[in-house]
Amino acid sequence: MNTLFEYILKPVMTFVAKPHILLPASSVALVLTLKYYRTVTKPKIAATIGLVLAGLLVVSCFDPNFKKNILKPDNVPIVLLLFGLLFFLWLSLRRAAINDEAAERGEPPLEARMKRESVLVWPDLVMIELICLVLVSAVLVFWAIFIRAPLEEPASAALTPNPSKAPWYFLGLQEMLVYFDPWYAGVLLPTLIIVGLMAIPYVDTNPKGSGYYTLKERKFAITVYLFGFIIFWVVLITIGTFLRGANWNFFGPYDKWDPHFQQPLKNINISEIFWVKMLKQGMPSEWYIRELPGLLMAGAFMLLGPLILAKTVLKDLFRKLDIVRFSVVAVLMLFMISMPIKMLGRWLINLKYVIYIPEYFINI
Amino acid sequence: MATVPQTPPTKEPGKPGLLAKVRDTQVWKSIFRHGYPDTQRNRALAVLSNVFLHLHPVRVRKSGIALSFTWCMGGVTFFLFLVEAVTGILLMFYYRPVAYSAYNDIQELRETIPLGLMRELHRWGAHAMVLTVWLHMFRVFMTGSYKPPREFNWVVGVVLLLLTLLLSFTGYLLPWDQLAIWAITVGSNMARATPLMGHEGPGASLLTLDGEHLVTAGSDVRFALLGGRFVGENALLRFYVLHCVFIPVIAVMLMAVHFWRVRKDGGISGPL
Repeated sequence: MNTLFEYILKPVMTFVAKPHILLPASSVALVLTLKYYRTVTKPKIAATIGLVLAGLLVVSCFDPNFKKNILKPDNVPIVLLLFGLLFFLWLSLRRAAINDEAAERGEPPLEARMKRESVLVWPDLVMIELICLVLVSAVLVFWAIFIRAPLEEPASAALTPNPSKAPWYFLGLQEMLVYFDPWYAGVLLPTLIIVGLMAIPYVDTNPKGSGYYTLKERKFAITVYLFGFIIFWVVLITIGTFLRGANWNFFGPYDKWDPHFQQPLKNINISEIFWVKMLKQGMPSEWYIRELPGLLMAGAFMLLGPLILAKTVLKDLFRKLDIVRFSVVAVLMLFMISMPIKMLGRWLINLKYVIYIPEYFINI
Repeated sequence: MATVPQTPPTKEPGKPGLLAKVRDTQVWKSIFRHGYPDTQRNRALAVLSNVFLHLHPVRVRKSGIALSFTWCMGGVTFFLFLVEAVTGILLMFYYRPVAYSAYNDIQELRETIPLGLMRELHRWGAHAMVLTVWLHMFRVFMTGSYKPPREFNWVVGVVLLLLTLLLSFTGYLLPWDQLAIWAITVGSNMARATPLMGHEGPGASLLTLDGEHLVTAGSDVRFALLGGRFVGENALLRFYVLHCVFIPVIAVMLMAVHFWRVRKDGGISGPL
């Protein structure tokens, strides 16, 4: 049993947890879940998946490093988030599967079958609220009794902890700092997330699926949203919290965070790849010549990107939406896609910056 | 003509119980304008004549209140906000937002003050609130409840989500320990890189007047947030005021709009 844990489970989990494996793997898992949602959400199958994951968590706790990391008081909410999210993802897709199957038989969704029935708020709703309130209070009191709020050494501007981490809900953004500069990962992306979320009701003109669970009638909207929420937010938070240790290096889930571990930095810019490696000459001194390849690539991405999207993935959407709405969707999606593109660039060719203009702090 | 036998009273008409007596007093009647809510009329009045309950309509769609539909996440988020307000006020009795005492006050809270659970409740409640607000948004998205006529309420919700994160972020600094100061340092370092407004942001170096840089470490947006070039005493006071007064006041106002709009836009969403 112990050998199984040491020689099979640990190496496999450590391999899967590497950012360049975990992100693509969870993306594939999400796509497969959405494609086969009717099968995956069958109670028995979903319960098996949930139990296997919970089992992995429990078994892994036999490892002291893993246990220490998981049970850090401020990390408890992330474990709750992961399992809560899986549960609610199952619940919503299960209801969607039931409703979509009903729709194929020409029947109304679950929610509509009860529609005519209305109940009095007192006592029906007030009772539900009261029960929720009591349950939440109970959970919170137990949580507070059994896990003390952390209090470390007094604040000192002279002693920098390694690693220095933002609060857990911002760790996805901090993880993006591996791939982007602060102005992009810390300012532009958060702003676009907020703006993009606000834009959702105005760009999603699909009248179907209002007020009931469905996947079939809103496949595109739900896929994009879940990618943003689960992959680019929750999975990145998980990586940032549990798998980034000293010097923001990657550590496997069972590794000790060794502060002396250094990863060689060998990342290079597009300009260097173009001028030095491909043309075998020195770097031009003027920044606008030096960065021309990168600028052209980024320009083509933002200008040709919408056109390509309109002809391919978003063909249907382009027909349905007016030009303003379509542009907003396309630009927001391009910024979203820019994250995995830069990550792939880093993993595959050690790409540092596409555009590198330190003169004006414009590095992408 | 046969006399109809009188139905015997279900209860012996004895002395009224203590509760019944209380309910018959002038004081009780002045507070609750309706009888015990066991009839349709009194149940409607229980909701209508109560300022807290009247956020609700009198009747709701049965499918709308099913736990498997709403997950009660919005309600739980609001409840957690109230928990945060109550525990936060209790914490304010003991905590002073100045660098020389902040840390000691927290230690005092942990070790000597009765009901020392307040800080734990406050911190875990805050974490839980971040979770529930995300799950609430997730539910609203999955049920398409942002679709017309509820577009604007979704926007208000996004702002409330942002405020929840900012509330949590500003509160993170207050214990004034290593965890707090460095988490806020990492977070607020981002502001340095704000385009044009942070001294390391794109384009900031272009803003000059007679050759002098306008945006420096002593005048950029991070300086405004922290009241200094690093996370120090001024930052502690600013974050305290933002955390205890400024953001909660805005959040309460927007919550009022949010709840009001739920009703005005047709109640909890459901299929047409």
